[in-house]
Amino acid sequence: MANGEREAGAVPLPAPGGAEHPTPGGDAPAGGFVQLLTPDGERVDSVTTADGMTYSVDFTDEEYRKLYADLVTVRRLDAEATALQRQGELGIWASLLGQEAAQVGSGHALRKQDMAFPTYREHGVLYTRGIDPIMPFGLFRGVDQGGWDPNEYKFNTYTIVIGSQTLHATGYAMGITMDGKTGSPDGEAVIAYFGDGATSQGDVNEAFVWSGVFNAPIVFFCQNNQYAISEPLERQTRIPLYRRAAGYGFPGIRIDGNDVLATYAVTRAALDQARNGQGPSLIEAYTYRMGAHTSSDDPTRYRIASEVESWKAKDPIARVKAFLAKQQIADDTFFAEIDESAKKLALDLRERVLAMPDPQPVTMFDNVYPHGSPEVDGQRAEFERYHASFEGSDH
Amino acid sequence: MVETITLGKSLNHGLRRALEDDAKVVIMGEDVGKLGGVFRITDGLQKDFGEDRVIDTPLAESGIVGTAIGLAIRGYRPVCEIQFDGFVFPAYNQIVAQVAKMFYRSLGNVRLPIVIRIPFGGGIGAVEHHSESPEALFAHIPGLKVVSCANSADAFMMIRQAVVSDDPVIFFEPKRRYWEKGEVDLDADLGQAFPLHKARITRAGTDATVLAYGPMVRTALDAASAAAEDGRNLEVIDLRTLSPLDMETVYASVKRTGRAVVVHEAPGNLGLGAELAARITEECFYSLEAPVLRVTGYDIPYPAARVEEDYLPDLDRVLDAVDRSFGW
Repeated sequence: MANGEREAGAVPLPAPGGAEHPTPGGDAPAGGFVQLLTPDGERVDSVTTADGMTYSVDFTDEEYRKLYADLVTVRRLDAEATALQRQGELGIWASLLGQEAAQVGSGHALRKQDMAFPTYREHGVLYTRGIDPIMPFGLFRGVDQGGWDPNEYKFNTYTIVIGSQTLHATGYAMGITMDGKTGSPDGEAVIAYFGDGATSQGDVNEAFVWSGVFNAPIVFFCQNNQYAISEPLERQTRIPLYRRAAGYGFPGIRIDGNDVLATYAVTRAALDQARNGQGPSLIEAYTYRMGAHTSSDDPTRYRIASEVESWKAKDPIARVKAFLAKQQIADDTFFAEIDESAKKLALDLRERVLAMPDPQPVTMFDNVYPHGSPEVDGQRAEFERYHASFEGSDH
Repeated sequence: MVETITLGKSLNHGLRRALEDDAKVVIMGEDVGKLGGVFRITDGLQKDFGEDRVIDTPLAESGIVGTAIGLAIRGYRPVCEIQFDGFVFPAYNQIVAQVAKMFYRSLGNVRLPIVIRIPFGGGIGAVEHHSESPEALFAHIPGLKVVSCANSADAFMMIRQAVVSDDPVIFFEPKRRYWEKGEVDLDADLGQAFPLHKARITRAGTDATVLAYGPMVRTALDAASAAAEDGRNLEVIDLRTLSPLDMETVYASVKRTGRAVVVHEAPGNLGLGAELAARITEECFYSLEAPVLRVTGYDIPYPAARVEEDYLPDLDRVLDAVDRSFGW
């Protein structure tokens, strides 16, 4: 039952917000999902859902190779971060292992002008946006609280309190509408990332209400990785998550979150609908957290090895590799090159993480208020006086 | 049977006893069941008491406290776990607007014997929202009782006392002391327990009174040991109860020593130290040799882990304050 879903007994379900999906392979959950690349690497030309939407991709060989390279790279960087944490160089790490396709696919679906609101696990989206992967390491190393300029990168700061960012994303999207930046193919849109656990939070449900009422240009991108720390999906919902959208009055759709092509196609379409002024939608990316919740967690306490094994067979990267090889889009030389370049990037990242300086303690008084505060300034001065009093001692 | 166990394990034993003693006691929270909580405070309890009594809840803190209110109206005694201090705020509305006021609103007809456990404080190298000390935000609210344990023996008894209390109790657990060991009498009778809402003199002294609670009691005791080497005999009071405050114990001590230093991790501005200083000044003015001094976190958001040791009050800062008190 851990990967399955509970249907609502004898109570008839409301019409789904989006569509019942064709079920392409044997690996789909009940109700199906949009899949354009099977776990075996077979390409599905296009998928048409019951509401008449047709999804496909039209990538060049070069674009396919780029997708593969990104998938491999974000996994390699993630593995490096896990190692750094184990070696005591990071306080904690939230691994994306298993969710590479959901992140790389949706990240590539964003247009330049679009804004992303991540949780604390969207390292793959961040990388795909062209942002230096070092950026979140200040947070995980404990040298800062995860600070960067969201407007510069079109990528909000990581948000740790579960679900809060969905309301921020909704407000930002409302601002896009107020600025008259929707209604054309050049319009702006927002993507809000969150997980299956977050769907229980009031904030997320309020975000659904607000975005619907204000027709906000936003895509709610839920990575259903099946677990909120130890709690399986059925502790958060009794219907498939994508169907929640119906109650809020906007489309909901489920995709194979381990399929980078379906993720890209559906997210791109949803964002374009939003920027065109057609309002919000919910995408449930059905995937699996292959690792622990964070490096502090021990998943062997709450899930069995055979379940993890069954998801290994649906690996998001292996299927792309199989497809590229079968279609002769790439060969072993290419795969080896990508592994090598990912390794180089990872080692470079490691070096730069190790070189991150510890902050000067007195900087903790910075950035409390935009124009400072006499009280904080006074405490800073007292802090400096106090520490100066130890100079020359062995303190 | 007296055992030497960690503070975290003591809480686990206390919760187990509470579940055994009253079939209406239920534990609810995120990951408290199968996982046993992220700090393992509820380890093994779901296995032994079942999923109806140790409930893995949906990931929604407002939901945890809001439904606990309903369960309490129905006659249950919910013990809620908030996973980390910084995650309590989605539930703050339910706690402040409902939990605290229900008894008053209902003309005393509805009691809410709810315990809300919150691991609090810093010092574990965590990311944002995992190291905060929000106790004053709760102590300020009439209708709530607020306590904090500082050692294994108190952890075992205080959690049981909180569960049997007819008041809603916000129970702050010093997370960085979860792994510190102490002697616990696991057969101790609740009827013989030191009262929940009473402070305790943890180290008797004559020269100055150091007031602390939760994680800072250990710091205060260490400071007192260091001060003893310099010939200063500090009295350390573990406040234990933050609302109501047990001022009689505090007044008696300060009237003897003439000096008081309050220590807490939370920011100083409008913290417990401010209230203690005001009350001590009002009641002990003519006994004081120096103003009441505070050693607290600074009035800034909790900083990054790599500088938290410079934020947190430590032995040196406590001794510095004691020096300043004597230098007055």
